[in-house]
Amino acid sequence: MIRFIDVYMRYAAGDDALKRINLHIERGAMVYVTGRSGAGKSTLLRLIALIERHSRGQIIVNEQNLERIAGRRIPFFRRSIGFVFQDHRLLGDRTVFDNVALPLVVAGYRYQDIKRRVRAALDKVSLLNKERSRPASLSGGEQQRVGIARAVVHRPAVLLADEPTGNLDPALSWDSMKLFEQFNRVGVTVLIASHDLDMIRKMKKNIITLRDGRILTHIGHTIKE
Amino acid sequence: MRRRRRKAVSIKGLQRAFLTWLAQHAQACVFNLGQLCKNPLSSLMTTAVIGISLALPAGFYLLLENANRLTGRWDGTVQITLFLRQDLDAARTKALADELSGSAQIASVQLISPAEALAEYQRASGFADVIDTLGENPLPPILLVRPEFSAPGAEQVDGLLSELAALTAVESAQFDRQWVRRLFAIIDILQGSIMILSVLLALAVLLIVGNTIRLAIYNRRAEIEINKLFGATDAFIRRPFLYAGLVHGLGGSLIAWLLLQASIIALRGRVGELARLYYSNFALSGQDLAQAGLLFFAGGLLGLAGSWLAVSQHLKALEPA
Repeated sequence: MIRFIDVYMRYAAGDDALKRINLHIERGAMVYVTGRSGAGKSTLLRLIALIERHSRGQIIVNEQNLERIAGRRIPFFRRSIGFVFQDHRLLGDRTVFDNVALPLVVAGYRYQDIKRRVRAALDKVSLLNKERSRPASLSGGEQQRVGIARAVVHRPAVLLADEPTGNLDPALSWDSMKLFEQFNRVGVTVLIASHDLDMIRKMKKNIITLRDGRILTHIGHTIKE
Repeated sequence: MRRRRRKAVSIKGLQRAFLTWLAQHAQACVFNLGQLCKNPLSSLMTTAVIGISLALPAGFYLLLENANRLTGRWDGTVQITLFLRQDLDAARTKALADELSGSAQIASVQLISPAEALAEYQRASGFADVIDTLGENPLPPILLVRPEFSAPGAEQVDGLLSELAALTAVESAQFDRQWVRRLFAIIDILQGSIMILSVLLALAVLLIVGNTIRLAIYNRRAEIEINKLFGATDAFIRRPFLYAGLVHGLGGSLIAWLLLQASIIALRGRVGELARLYYSNFALSGQDLAQAGLLFFAGGLLGLAGSWLAVSQHLKALEPA
């Protein structure tokens, strides 16, 4: 599903943020990316979503070589990806329903389809009763679940989450992780960047550890930090 | 059979794509109106500034148009007045007029008999009673000669003038060349000034709309970023802002039109009063349909262009690319 071959990433000024990354994440896998701040976790996710272009090497996502995707085609590529953010990034001036509907509206779905899918997604995160609320009136955990519903409403092939539990207490974090696991079970490839090692270990999933832009451990073989 | 089915599918696909496109436009439009209503005061103020900026050149143009119409009573061409000898009788006057009309240098000749001239003078001057006391008509027959070449100050007019003055039947020949030249020069300057003013104010409208849209982009950058992350095309992002620019431009045009109408209503009485003092039936005219259409077209276009500039300049700066 996701394959990195000798990938380097250098920002305009400064050092390589990622150095010679090789990895392979299979379709339907659930993988954690961990490491200290600045180790390159976010950069890795940003490269997969084409928010940034890598400097060298090859990245293949969903059988597409990212180098070959022209700027005009990026929006269509992104429609196969879902995002979850640490700070949720919900739009405060819209209802929960409208927030979750965003990826479908952007892709030009018909209103009937939007309604059906948004309801289904909200139902999965147990927030169907809040569809008319504003995000500000929800708790942090609920906001995160709205963000998760938005990330899966368009049935993406890949779900990327950047520190999704950074602002949540352990119990809520656990709930969120279980939610990701549910979506993973129905076939979504899930990639979660997190530094919450304790919880990651409890989830018993594959872990990629980054340090200073290099892969320290590979899938399936974890080492203690 | 199979080919036909495939064709039907592709037409259906196209139809669907078109409907989607239409729906997205409608949605952008409605969304944009919603945004305007959320912030009615600032929208109204921006629109009013655009309206005044549009009303100024449009108003000056209207003024010039009216001035042209007023001077157009001389048809904008040069005219030579021939005062004929008093003792020339009607038949010989007519013969001279016909002879002159035949000349290649002369476009038209209008004959004013002494009786007509007197009647006109009586009507226009208000000295009817005094003139009635005159025993005989003191006015000579007059020929109004319009040269073929209408460019004011042309060398040929001078030649024609001296030729006509040399005719035995002609007492004197007058040609208000200086006056005509000055008038045309003034009108030319006014036209140029209005052109410059229009260009400057059009630029101002572009900047106002651009700035408004820039602020709107800034205020909604979180939304733009999220839209981009979830696969919105640039066209999708641009659309509501373009609608906002268009609506501001059209709203500005509407305000400009209302301002012009109000000004004309306010001035019409005064101009009528002045015209009456000059014994003229001149009346201030407003915009016709084509001019109003042009005003709205220009406003809409400027709004669209201004927002286009702002959007294409600022969307690139927003992450993610």
